[in-house]
Amino acid sequence: MTEPITLQQDETFVLNVGPQHPATHGVLRVKMTMDGEYIYNAETVLGYIHRMHEKMAENRTYPQYMPNMGRLDYLSAMSFNHGYALVVERACNIEVPERAEYIRVITVELNRIASHLVWLGAYVLDLGGFTPLMYCFDDREQILDLLEAVTGSRLTYCYFRFGGLYNDIDDDFITGTRAFIKRMRKELKMYAKLVTGNIILMKRLKGHGPVDQNMCQRYGATGPVARGSGINYDVRRNEPYSVYPEFDFEVPVYGEGDSYARYLVRMEEMEQSLRIIEQALDKLPDGPVNPKKKPKLIKPPPGDYYAAVETARGNFGIRMVSDGGKNAYRLKLRSPTYSNMHLFDEACRGMLIADALAFMGSLDLVIPEMDR
Amino acid sequence: MSLTLFNVILAVFIAICFVGANAAYLVWCERKGAGLFQRRPGPMENGPWGLLQPPVDGVKLMTKQLLIPGGVDKAIFMVAPVLAMFPALISFVTIPFSDNIVAHPIDVGVLMIFAFAALGGMSLLVAGWGSRNKYSMISSVRAVSQTVAYEIPLMITTITIVMISGSLNLSDIVQTQLGGFWSWNIWPLQKQVGFNLLMPVSFLILFVCSVAETNRAPFDLGEAESELVAGFHTEYSSMGFGLFFMGEYANIVIGACLTVILFLGGWACPVGDLGFFPFTHHVGWFLLKIYLIIFVFIWIRWTFPRTTIYGLLNLSWKYLIPISLFNLLLTAGLLKVF
Amino acid sequence: MGGYFTDLFTGTKSLLDGMWVTLKEFPRRPVTLNYPHESVKMYPRFRGHIELIGDKDGKPNCIVCSMCQRACPSGCISLAGVKPEGEKKKVLSRYILDFTTCSLCGSCVESCNFNALRFSNEYNLASTRKEDFIMDLLQRLEEQNR
Repeated sequence: MTEPITLQQDETFVLNVGPQHPATHGVLRVKMTMDGEYIYNAETVLGYIHRMHEKMAENRTYPQYMPNMGRLDYLSAMSFNHGYALVVERACNIEVPERAEYIRVITVELNRIASHLVWLGAYVLDLGGFTPLMYCFDDREQILDLLEAVTGSRLTYCYFRFGGLYNDIDDDFITGTRAFIKRMRKELKMYAKLVTGNIILMKRLKGHGPVDQNMCQRYGATGPVARGSGINYDVRRNEPYSVYPEFDFEVPVYGEGDSYARYLVRMEEMEQSLRIIEQALDKLPDGPVNPKKKPKLIKPPPGDYYAAVETARGNFGIRMVSDGGKNAYRLKLRSPTYSNMHLFDEACRGMLIADALAFMGSLDLVIPEMDR
Repeated sequence: MSLTLFNVILAVFIAICFVGANAAYLVWCERKGAGLFQRRPGPMENGPWGLLQPPVDGVKLMTKQLLIPGGVDKAIFMVAPVLAMFPALISFVTIPFSDNIVAHPIDVGVLMIFAFAALGGMSLLVAGWGSRNKYSMISSVRAVSQTVAYEIPLMITTITIVMISGSLNLSDIVQTQLGGFWSWNIWPLQKQVGFNLLMPVSFLILFVCSVAETNRAPFDLGEAESELVAGFHTEYSSMGFGLFFMGEYANIVIGACLTVILFLGGWACPVGDLGFFPFTHHVGWFLLKIYLIIFVFIWIRWTFPRTTIYGLLNLSWKYLIPISLFNLLLTAGLLKVF
Repeated sequence: MGGYFTDLFTGTKSLLDGMWVTLKEFPRRPVTLNYPHESVKMYPRFRGHIELIGDKDGKPNCIVCSMCQRACPSGCISLAGVKPEGEKKKVLSRYILDFTTCSLCGSCVESCNFNALRFSNEYNLASTRKEDFIMDLLQRLEEQNR
C-alpha cells in the first residue's frame, strides 16, 4: 500500500526529525530526505547523550561501576545489572546462592514487564492514542512500588551485588507480587480489547514496517525485533544463564516481520514473564542471598570474559578484559537497541512519515542505552 | 431590513460570547473528561474541580508574546487564525436553538454552514503555507485532502435529510421531526420514507464526518502531535494559537449542532407534545443533546489511536461515500413510493 | 466483497469494545494522589541522600576511616577528622556530601562497617541554587539532635 509511486530524488526536501521531537522519545535525530510525505532516504544521527560509560569502566573499580549499568537502559536497569554481575561473577568464580538467583529472576522479569508497559504506552502514544499510556503507567506503578520497597529505588535499582543481592525480599513483596500477577492478567485482557484488537491500530501496523530475517541478521537485531521476524532466538533459552532452565516458558515468535508481529511478541512476553515469576515464587528456596565466601576486593584474574542476558529489548552482551587490576582493562557493551535502531535507515525507505514513526516506535528505542 | 441587520449583529455578538465561553469550558470538559477516562482527576487546583482553570489559561494565552518567526509570509500568517475562528462564528447565525431563538433563519442554512466550514479548511492551508515550516506544510496538505474527502459524504448524507424534510432551512428540518424521539430522523421508521434501515448508518456517517471535519482524534492528522509536532499551528503562539484553539472548539459545537438538528430532532423534546411536559420547545433540550454529542467526541478522542492519511481516505472513499450514496438513492426511491 | 462487510463489522465491533473499556473507567475513582496536598509514605528501604548516625550523645558514630570516600564511584564525599590531644581515636570534623554528583547507589552505606551512615527518607529536594546540594552532614546531624 505504501509503494505505488516512484520517488524522485531531485524533488526532495530534508526534514529534520529530532533531536527534539515528540516521536523520538529522547535525543535521537533522523535526517529524512522526503518526497512529499514519502521518505526517500533517512539517516539516523546519534551521540547526543554519549557519556563514555565504557571508558568509565576503565577508571572505576568493579563495584563502583555497578550503578552505571542502571543509567544505560533506564527502563530495564535490572537486566543490565544482571549482565554485569554475571560477567564479574564468571571472571572471579563467585558462587551465587540459589535464593539469590531466584530473586534475581523475579525482579528481572518484573522489570521486563514494567519496561514493556512503558513501551506499550509510549507506542500507542506515538500512534496518537493517549489513554493506554495512563493505564500502562498505573500498572507499572504497582511494579515500581514493589521494587522500591525491596531495592529502595524506583528506576536505577542497582540491586544486584557480585555473588548476591543488596538485601533479601520480604513476605510483603511475595504477597504483593502474587496480587500483581492476578491484576496484570486482568489488565492484559483489557489491553487486548482496548489496543490489540483495535481496527485502527491493526490497519496501521499490519503489513507496515517489514523487517525480514536477512535484515535482522545483517544488522544483528535481537530481542522482540528478531522474534517478530521469525528468528527464534532468546538468550534465556539459547544460552541459558541464572536459573532460567528450570522454568517452563515459551518464547513467542511471529514470522510476519511487520510492526504488528513485534507488537504481539511483546504483549505475549509479558504473559510469559508473569508465568516465570509465578513459578519462581512457587519454587523460591530459603537460604542466604549472599555467598558465604566472597573476595574482599574484586580483582578478576587476567583474561577475557563474556556474558549475555536477555533484556526487554534484546541481547545485551558484556565483554570484559581484565589485566588483573582493580579496574577493567576494557569493557565493551553490546547493547540491543544500538543494533536494532540501525535497521531503521534501510527499512524506512519508501514509507510515509506516519508509518516510519510507527515503525520506529515498534523497535522500542531507548536512547541513553544506544549512545552510552 | 435594519431590524434583521441588528439581529445578525446581536447574534454574532451573542455567538462570540457563547463560543468563547464554550471554547473555554469545553477545554475544561475535555481535560476533565480525559482525566476521568485515564484514572486521574484532571484539573482540580484552580477553584472547585478546577473550574477556574479556563480563565487562568485565557489570561496566560493573552499575555504571552505573539512571536512571528523570521521569514514567514506575514500577512498570510496573521490572517490564518482569524480565518479559523470567523466562519465558525458566522455559522451560529443560522442555527436554531429553539423554535423562536434563531438569529436569522436563512432558507439555505445548511448550504451556508457548509460554505463556511470549507473556509475553515482553507484556514489550515493558509496557516501551513504561511508558517514556512516543513511540518506545518505537510500538515496543511493533509488537512486539505482530508477536508475534501469528508465533505462529500457529509453533504450526501445531508442531502438525504434535506430530501426527507423538503427544506434547506434548519428550523424547518427540526419542525419535521417534532413529536417524540420516535419521529427523529435517526430511526429507520419515517412517515415520509416508510422503512429505511440505512438511516442509523447515515447518522453514523454524519457523525464520523463531523469528527473528521473538526480535525479531532482519531482523525487529527492535521496536528498529529507525535508525527508533525503540532502541525499547522506549530509556529503560532499567544492568541494566534488561542484563536485556532477556539476555532477548533467552535467547530466542534457547530458539528454537534448539525448532527443534532439533522438527526436528533434539534430542540424537540424527546417525549413529544404530550401536554403535561412544559418544555417541549426548549433550548435546554438542544443544549443537552449537543453536549451529549460533544461528550461522545471527547470519549472517542481519548479512546482511539490516530488513523493515517491513507486509512482515512480509504474509509471515506470505500465505505462512507458508497454507503451514503446508496442511501441517497434508496431514500429517493422510497420517497417516490410513499 | 465478503471481506468488505466483515471488515466493516469486525472493525466497528473492535471500536465499540475499546469505547466500552474507557467508559467503564470513566466513573471510577482516580488512582492518583493529589501530590502536594498528600504524599506517599516512603518505604523504610528508600534510598535518599545519606546522613550520619549519631550515638546516644549525638556524636557521630563515624571513626573517619574514609571507606565511604573510597567506595564512592563519583567522588562526592569528602571528610576530614582531627585527633584531639590525649585521645586515641580520630573525631570527625567535616563531612561534606556533594549531592549534585551523587547517584544514590548506596556504596558508601554498604562500605561502612561502623554503623555511621544511613539513607535519609527525604525526597523533596529542589532548589535553584547549586550550593544547596553541597550538604554538610555534620551540621545536619546537629540539627537533628536539637
